Amino acid sequence: MSQRRDDQASAQEHSRRDILRGAAALGGVALAPGVTLHLIGGEAAARPVEEAVSDAHRWGMLIDAGKCGDGCQACVTACSEENGWDLDARDPTDSQWIRKVELRDPKSGAERTLPMMCQHCASPPCVDVCPTGASFKRADGIVLVDKHTCIGCRYCVMACPYNARSFVHEPLTDQKAHAPRGKGTVESCTMCVHRVDAGRQPACVERCNDAAGGAMLFGDLNDPTSEISRRIAKYATARVRADLGLDTGVYYRNI
Amino acid sequence: MIDMATARIAYREIKGGTAYWSLLLGLGALVLIGLGSAWYMEHHGHIVTGMSNRIVWGIPHVFAIFLILAASGVLNIASIASVFDGKPYKPLARMSGLMAIALLVGGLAVLVLDLGRPERLIVAMTTYNFKSIFAWNIFLYTGFLVVVMAYLFVQMEATMHAYVKAAGWFALVWRLVLTSGTGSIFGWLVARQAYDAAIMAPFFIAMSFAYGLAVFILVLMVVCKINGRELGDALIDRLARLLGVFAGAVLYMTAVMHLTNLYAAEHGGVERFILADGGIYTAAFWLGHILVGCLAPMVLLLYPAFRASRALVASACGLVIAGAIAHLYVIIIGGQAFPLLMFPGQEVSSSFFDGVIAPYSPSLPEFGLAVGGVALALAITLAGMRVLRFMPKNLADERAEPTAKQSPA
Repeated sequence: MSQRRDDQASAQEHSRRDILRGAAALGGVALAPGVTLHLIGGEAAARPVEEAVSDAHRWGMLIDAGKCGDGCQACVTACSEENGWDLDARDPTDSQWIRKVELRDPKSGAERTLPMMCQHCASPPCVDVCPTGASFKRADGIVLVDKHTCIGCRYCVMACPYNARSFVHEPLTDQKAHAPRGKGTVESCTMCVHRVDAGRQPACVERCNDAAGGAMLFGDLNDPTSEISRRIAKYATARVRADLGLDTGVYYRNI
Repeated sequence: MIDMATARIAYREIKGGTAYWSLLLGLGALVLIGLGSAWYMEHHGHIVTGMSNRIVWGIPHVFAIFLILAASGVLNIASIASVFDGKPYKPLARMSGLMAIALLVGGLAVLVLDLGRPERLIVAMTTYNFKSIFAWNIFLYTGFLVVVMAYLFVQMEATMHAYVKAAGWFALVWRLVLTSGTGSIFGWLVARQAYDAAIMAPFFIAMSFAYGLAVFILVLMVVCKINGRELGDALIDRLARLLGVFAGAVLYMTAVMHLTNLYAAEHGGVERFILADGGIYTAAFWLGHILVGCLAPMVLLLYPAFRASRALVASACGLVIAGAIAHLYVIIIGGQAFPLLMFPGQEVSSSFFDGVIAPYSPSLPEFGLAVGGVALALAITLAGMRVLRFMPKNLADERAEPTAKQSPA
C-alpha cells in the first residue's frame, strides 16, 4: 500500500514538475533570447534538490580559442565574482580557479590565448590520488572537492596535469554560501555546480557569451542533440593532454 | 627452538650521564621548535612558508620522506640478522627495530603537521579512497609500527625467540612494500615529467638502504661513545663496507633513471633542467647527490685504508645523509619547479606561472618543523634505549664478531 502511495505521490510530483517546466518554457519565449535557449534547449534543466545527480548528463564545455580575445579576462573576472576568489594580487600563493593561458609557437610565431581551468576529467588523477576521497567526481562528470574531508595534503595538486588546483594559503572571510572555501584546503573550478543544478550556465560561459567573444559553450556531452555535442561532431576539436587518456569534459577548438 | 645467538647476547639500558641528558635536552628543545613551527604554520596558513600553488610540497616533505626512507632502511640490520642469519648483525637487531619505529614516527609527525588541516588527521584515519597510494601508505606506515613492535617483542621475550625468523621475514616484506609505496607516491604521478616512472619504487628502496644504514652507523657510534661501550673495528668495517655498496646502488639507480629519460625526446626538457641548467637543482644533483652523497662515500667506504679510520667512516655517513637531503630536494622540489607540459612544443605563459620554473625559498618555520621531526626520531631512540634493553652491553669484536680477524687498527 505504502509503495503504491509513494508511486502515486511521485507521479503527481512529476506531473507538477512537467507543468512547471512547461510554464517556464512558455515564459522563456517571452524572455530574452539567451534565457530561452537555456530553458527550452534542455541544456541545463534545473535539478530538484531531492533528486540525486545521475549520469544521464555529462556536463562539458567547448572553448573556441579562435574566438577568445587576446587580453580579454571576462571569464576570469566572472568566475572570481561568482565564487569569491580574489583577483587582485595574483601571488603564487593566491587561488586561481580559471586563468588565461597564452600560447606561442616558437617556430611560426603564431599566438593564441585560451582559458584554462579544471578539465573535469572522466578519469581524474586528482580523484585517484586523494587519500580521503575528498576529491570526487559527480555522476554528471563535475569534479569537486569536499571541503569537509580535505585534509590539505596537496597530493591532488601534484597529480593534476592542468595546474587547475589551488591550495588556500591564508585564512579567508566572507566566502560565498554557494562556494565554500577554507584555509588549508584545496579548491578548483566547480563548473559553477550551484548554477548548473539550478538550470543555469557557468558564470564564465555566461559572461563570455554576454560580454565577450562567445568563445565558450556549455552543455550536455551525453545528449547527441545538444549544441555542444553537435559542434563537437561537426568540427575538429582537441583536448589538452589527450595522450593521458583522461577523457576531459572540456574540449577546445583552434588550438 | 631457541635462537642461541640472540639468547647469548647481554643487553643493558644505556646510562643517563651528563652527555646523555644534554643530548636529550637539546633534542627536546628542537622538538619544541618543531611544534612551535607547526603551530605557527597552522595558525597563519601556508602563506608563512615558501610554498606556493606551484611548489606545494616543500622542505618538510624533503625531511619527512628522508626519515620515512631511513626508517625502512634501518630495519635492514635486523633483517640481515633474522632472515639471512647474518650473525654479526644479531646484537644490533633490537636497536635497528627501535630506530625504525623512531624514524618513522619522526617522519610521520612532520608529514601530518604540514597538512593544511592537521586537526583532520582523524578524517585521514577513518575515510579512505583505496585507489590512492597515500591511503595505502597510511595502512603501510601504521602497520609497519605494529609489525616492528611485534618483531621487537619476539626478539626481546626469551620464550618467543622461535618466532624471530618468521617475524623478521614478515617485517622485511612489509618494509619493501612500504618503501615501494613511498616511491610510488611519485612514480604514479602520470602528469609530471620528473616522476611517472616505475623505477621510483626500487629507486626509493635503494635510497632507503643507504640512508637508513648511514643514520644507524652514526647513532651507533654516538651511543657507544657517550656510554663508553666498546664498538669493534671489524663490526664497523662490515657496516661501512655495506654502506659503500648501498651508495653504489643509489648511484646505479640514478644513472638508469636519467639515461632512460635522456633516451626519450619527450623528457629532454626536464632532464636538461635537472642535469644542466637548473641552477640550484643542477648543483644539488651533481655536487650534493652524485659527489657528496654517492661518489665520496663510496671512495671512503670501499677503499680499505680509508675505511679503517672511524672518523672517515663517520664522515662518509654524514656525506650520505647530506647527499640524501640534496637528492630528495632535487626530486621533490625540482620535480615541481619544472613546469607541467600542457602544450608540448609551445611557449606557455599565464598569471598562474605556467611555463616558468617555479621559484621556492623555504622559510624558517619549514626548517623548524623538519628539524623537529629529526630531533623527535633521535629523542625516541635515545629514550627507548634508556628504558629498555635495546643496546648490547658490549660490541667488541671478540663478542660481536667472534670469527672476524682482529683489525690491524
